[in-house]
Amino acid sequence: MELILFYVFAVTVVGGGIGVVASRNPVASLMFMVVALASVAGIYVLLEAHFLAAIQVMVYAGAIMVLFLFVIMLLNLGHDYKDDLVRGLYAVCAFVVSGAICGLLATRFGSAEASPLYESFPGAAAMDLELAERGAISLIARPLFQDYVVPFEITGILLLVAVVGAVALAKKRV
Amino acid sequence: MLTEALTTSALLFVIGTFGVIVRRNVIIMFLCIELQLNAVNLALVAFSRYVGVEGQVFVFFVMTVAAAEAAVGLAIIISIFRHYQTVNADNFNLLKW
Repeated sequence: MELILFYVFAVTVVGGGIGVVASRNPVASLMFMVVALASVAGIYVLLEAHFLAAIQVMVYAGAIMVLFLFVIMLLNLGHDYKDDLVRGLYAVCAFVVSGAICGLLATRFGSAEASPLYESFPGAAAMDLELAERGAISLIARPLFQDYVVPFEITGILLLVAVVGAVALAKKRV
Repeated sequence: MLTEALTTSALLFVIGTFGVIVRRNVIIMFLCIELQLNAVNLALVAFSRYVGVEGQVFVFFVMTVAAAEAAVGLAIIISIFRHYQTVNADNFNLLKW
């Protein structure tokens, strides 16, 4: 059952990704992107990352995609049906580069479960036990606020810098 | 389920890379970069299912950085659009030799 659901989500993720690249209208691209991100959130749930699935839907598919939509509407690109593909040598390069990356990743990832390293991992059963014991939020909160508290605070500063930078960049020159 | 999740992640990353190379609309290129970030997040979550919960913490940080990056990047796009009245990357050739 889980595997069937996983395949449904995987197909919508890949289909949404192809839609992002293939559709001419930027707004349609964005809607395909929302489909892909929501399906990624579904896969997170199947992988028992419930907190991240909620964050993915709220922050990514919600906030960031709305930001993109605002900019597309602000710049009035919704009617932009112009062809904007590269041609000639660059298109060949695109196929070669993405094919090479695909082959490399396939050979590395295809043997992930056969790797001897895999035996030394705690495995899904141990993770399930920990999840049942501590709950979905506590599981991620403890390392986040104990081991990684300094990166967490620095992330806050990064967000402040990003807000100031975005306002400074986007405001009209006076 | 690890191999399937990693395969999905690899496919998503390749689609994102292809989009960045092939499309010239800056906003679509930016969307494709977000697609690549999501592919990496998916791989991290898939590994965290078997290795430990630290992978999910990294995904949390990646999402925060992606939000900051989207805000600044879109501000840059608005700024460039005011100057050139276009979002086609081929027209931004001031720094080209």
